[in-house]
Amino acid sequence: MKALRFLALAAAALLFAGVAAAQQPIKIGIGIAQTGPLGGGGKAALLALNMWVDDVNARGGLLGRKVQLIAYDDQSNPATTPGIYTKLLDVDKVDLLIAPYGTNPTAPIMPLVKQRDLLLMGNFSFDVNAQIKHDKWFNNAPWGAGAVQWGGTFLEAGKQLGAKTIAFLAADAEFAQNLCTGGRAIAKAIGLQNVYDQNYPPNTVDFSSMLRAVRNAKPEIVFICSYPSESAAMVRAVNEIGVGPSVKLIGGGMVGLQFAPIMESLGPMLNGFVNYNSYVPEKTLDNPGIREFLAKYRTRAIAEKVDPLGFYLPPYNYAIGQMIEQAVTATKSLDQKVLADYIHKNEMKTIVGNIRYDAVGEWATPKMVMAQFRGIKGKDLEQFRQPGKQVIIAPAAIKTGDVLPFDKARN
Amino acid sequence: MSTGTVRFLIGAAIFLALAYGLTRLVSNEYVFFALYVVLQFIVLATAWNILGGYAGYVNFGSGAFFAVGAYTGVALYKALATPILLQVVAGAFVSGLLGLAVGALSLRLRGIFFSIATVAVAIVLETVVVNTPYLGGAKGLPILRPEPPALFHSYLEWTFFLMAMLAVLAVFCARYVETSWIGRGLRAIRDNEGAAECSGVPTLKLKLFAATLSGALMGAAGAPFALYLSFIEPTSVFNLNYAVSALAMPIIGGMSHWIGPVIGAVLLGTVQQLVTVTISSELNVLVVGVLLVLFVVGAPDGILGLVRKLRRPKAASAAGAAA
Amino acid sequence: MDIELLYEAILAGILLGCFYAAVSLGLSIAFGLLDVPHIAHPAFLVLGAFATYVLVGHGLDPILGGVLLMPLFFVLGLGVYQFYYVTFERRGTDQGLRGLAFFFGIAFIVEVLLILRFGVDQRMVEAPYIGQSLELGDTRVPWRMIVAFGVALVLMLGLTIFLSRTFIGRAIKAVAQDEGALRLMGADPVRIKRLAFGLAVAITALTGALLIVVGPVDPGLGRIYIGRTFCVVVLGGLGSVPGTIVAGLILGVVESIVLSTAGAAWAPAVAFGILLLVLAVRPAGLFGR
Repeated sequence: MKALRFLALAAAALLFAGVAAAQQPIKIGIGIAQTGPLGGGGKAALLALNMWVDDVNARGGLLGRKVQLIAYDDQSNPATTPGIYTKLLDVDKVDLLIAPYGTNPTAPIMPLVKQRDLLLMGNFSFDVNAQIKHDKWFNNAPWGAGAVQWGGTFLEAGKQLGAKTIAFLAADAEFAQNLCTGGRAIAKAIGLQNVYDQNYPPNTVDFSSMLRAVRNAKPEIVFICSYPSESAAMVRAVNEIGVGPSVKLIGGGMVGLQFAPIMESLGPMLNGFVNYNSYVPEKTLDNPGIREFLAKYRTRAIAEKVDPLGFYLPPYNYAIGQMIEQAVTATKSLDQKVLADYIHKNEMKTIVGNIRYDAVGEWATPKMVMAQFRGIKGKDLEQFRQPGKQVIIAPAAIKTGDVLPFDKARN
Repeated sequence: MSTGTVRFLIGAAIFLALAYGLTRLVSNEYVFFALYVVLQFIVLATAWNILGGYAGYVNFGSGAFFAVGAYTGVALYKALATPILLQVVAGAFVSGLLGLAVGALSLRLRGIFFSIATVAVAIVLETVVVNTPYLGGAKGLPILRPEPPALFHSYLEWTFFLMAMLAVLAVFCARYVETSWIGRGLRAIRDNEGAAECSGVPTLKLKLFAATLSGALMGAAGAPFALYLSFIEPTSVFNLNYAVSALAMPIIGGMSHWIGPVIGAVLLGTVQQLVTVTISSELNVLVVGVLLVLFVVGAPDGILGLVRKLRRPKAASAAGAAA
Repeated sequence: MDIELLYEAILAGILLGCFYAAVSLGLSIAFGLLDVPHIAHPAFLVLGAFATYVLVGHGLDPILGGVLLMPLFFVLGLGVYQFYYVTFERRGTDQGLRGLAFFFGIAFIVEVLLILRFGVDQRMVEAPYIGQSLELGDTRVPWRMIVAFGVALVLMLGLTIFLSRTFIGRAIKAVAQDEGALRLMGADPVRIKRLAFGLAVAITALTGALLIVVGPVDPGLGRIYIGRTFCVVVLGGLGSVPGTIVAGLILGVVESIVLSTAGAAWAPAVAFGILLLVLAVRPAGLFGR
């Protein structure tokens, strides 16, 4: 277990801390899902972070000191994160913090970091800083602030297909609610009629009743904001009882359809779904930095039995490491305020591109994609490495294909 | 006041002084974070034992009473920014009412129906909270703590001390119930309810009283929770683990005397804190489950019973033969 | 609400309700007939589901796997009851609390052992009838629900016949009615109760297989089913198998309608809400003895 290994490392570090040694490592703390619904993504993310730690230590570390990552498993459970981060700060005495993977486990620690005025490197959360407006928060996720880019691109695709009605399905959890609220506002603004709107408790397993009700309402767009196990269950339910002939566009904010294990188990059931992603192997997103990273990642992932594709989270987690490295090296400091000011004012160069941050710590220029699953045959995972299986249909600048209506793309 | 009570009050004063001293001397926040949980369990276990150990009615829904106290506190804080002491009083009041209601519903029936009713209440209330956006719904509410009062460095230390005071209050109530005629009546109910009823013990009234007091104390324990954690969400507050811990601690410590739940809470609470953050949360639940089964099967009077047996083996067996 | 949606919800509810009745059968016997506070029943259900998952991993059909597990679980039930009897029941009624706490502890231990072995993630099984549905006009009915419905029906009919026509079945009903009289007739009530409990747990093996056919299972699922199974058993009336069937159907249909209309967020409260209502109004249930 990773947590045990790092616990042993942390224990050893604490022991030697008593001896006033000049070569104390720089400690970076994180609570990240290794089990539970977000575990699949969390494990891949942690692997990428470890890759960065190994790389930076091979280059001599930061400020001449080795970097040490202290990680605990938050089990995808928001209730554990305050305890974990308090322990990281007060017992492990870490120098820098990285946020948990995901909006739900991050929301509980925002008051904590604000009250202690700490730098927090965000990890794929959505709009988690919108209310609190902490000035030392920086999100690695490419969707920017608010649902404008996310919801906007999805709904525009629907309008392109001539849709006039929309149904919303959202988990009753921080991320899904934030996204859906944004989506509803945009739908209203562009004149779509809301014919069905339903929240469901997280970890719902059976969606057949809900799908029946959706089908009954005859929507043309179905905007789903869901977490991994629910996303998978919904794809299965659509495959089993269908969603009705009226639907032209379905998907949008389904977390989990980017994780290799889920993609593998669903296979052709995914065809036709249009969903968000951060990176897909299409030529418009290609760059040498990412290609090199994915090649190295692939070897380690297979050895450690973690998501072997590594498209969604790993490059962006490696980018967190790169941003920390850039800020610390440039300012020669570990002071939370100095680092935060640097990141606010400078362009951060990473393998996922050059990032500039806005006032609430989100990407000033969003760069996420809406991709449609097409042509998936059987349960072979390797086919996902080829272009053409996740066709980018938005934003227009980087698209690699036009969106097809759902039933056409199914076959 | 009897000498016993005087001694108890002196002991309580010393305990509180020590707690306060700790806040002045120790600056590591995590210590208070962990100790708060142990103190909280002292209150929960003691509260549970008033109905469970003294009267024999098993509450499986301690989480619900705890959560009701917590959410009452949150609602008041959000609406009126009420100070935490008032939240505690309000939480106790509402949870006490809940205890009375559940009792009125199910205490007329056999013991297991009360237990099932408590589980049902827990789930129904959790669903209500999940569907109430004002209380945060399923995604929860982050809470910003106010400034701590004059005598404390940080708000966490203040909530820690508050919980210490609540622990003293809970134990005082339990002790009072145990040594008074109420306790005698409850014990009669536990041993043989039919006979107690026939001897003139007002069984229903006593049971309702115990249920109300138990609920109120649990609600008081729950009220500061949101401010302690600066976050509240339903699944952790209504968690079945609270229910099991509140039940396991008195069983392990010993149900017949007020000090039993305290022993159980300190022991099990500390073990849980160590295990959860160092190894895993699953092992925490396993530890509770295994200890529960071991004690229920092998040491029904808990640690207290074991200590008694070790101290006076001859007297115990003589008493056993006479009884 | 649309009449078509209502019709579909009721149809789904009947299939679901039969399934709920089946998974409550073990509890109906253990708690309803034998008065054992078997709050670990849902945990055994999940155990059965995971055991089925393991067998399916070796290539068996899940229902067949469930049937094969029955003898194993029967022996488990015998053992658990014997232990319970010796430790608690024999020592008198004030042990009620301890017996309850004991089963609670067992439930927790089973759940954690499952987590340690399988992790907290959901597990599913694959079978030809899982994922496909039957087209009836405009509706599509999932085959997995039809299969679960069929097996549940057979199980319940079998149990009813067993309890009323065979010697041991009638002895079980007798021991529930009047233990003393049974003893006077020369039968050993403890032996009968042990067999009955073993039977209850054996049934739970098969219904556990149904559980994982109907949907994905994770070790924590037992907690949700505590409410559903106790609701069914209490609503149906303790000790009545026909009552269990009717109560299961009621729960299934109400839940299905609530899910299709008010929304999934209220679904967990349905079972428990009905339970509280029954306890308040008519604790003996519909067909209680």
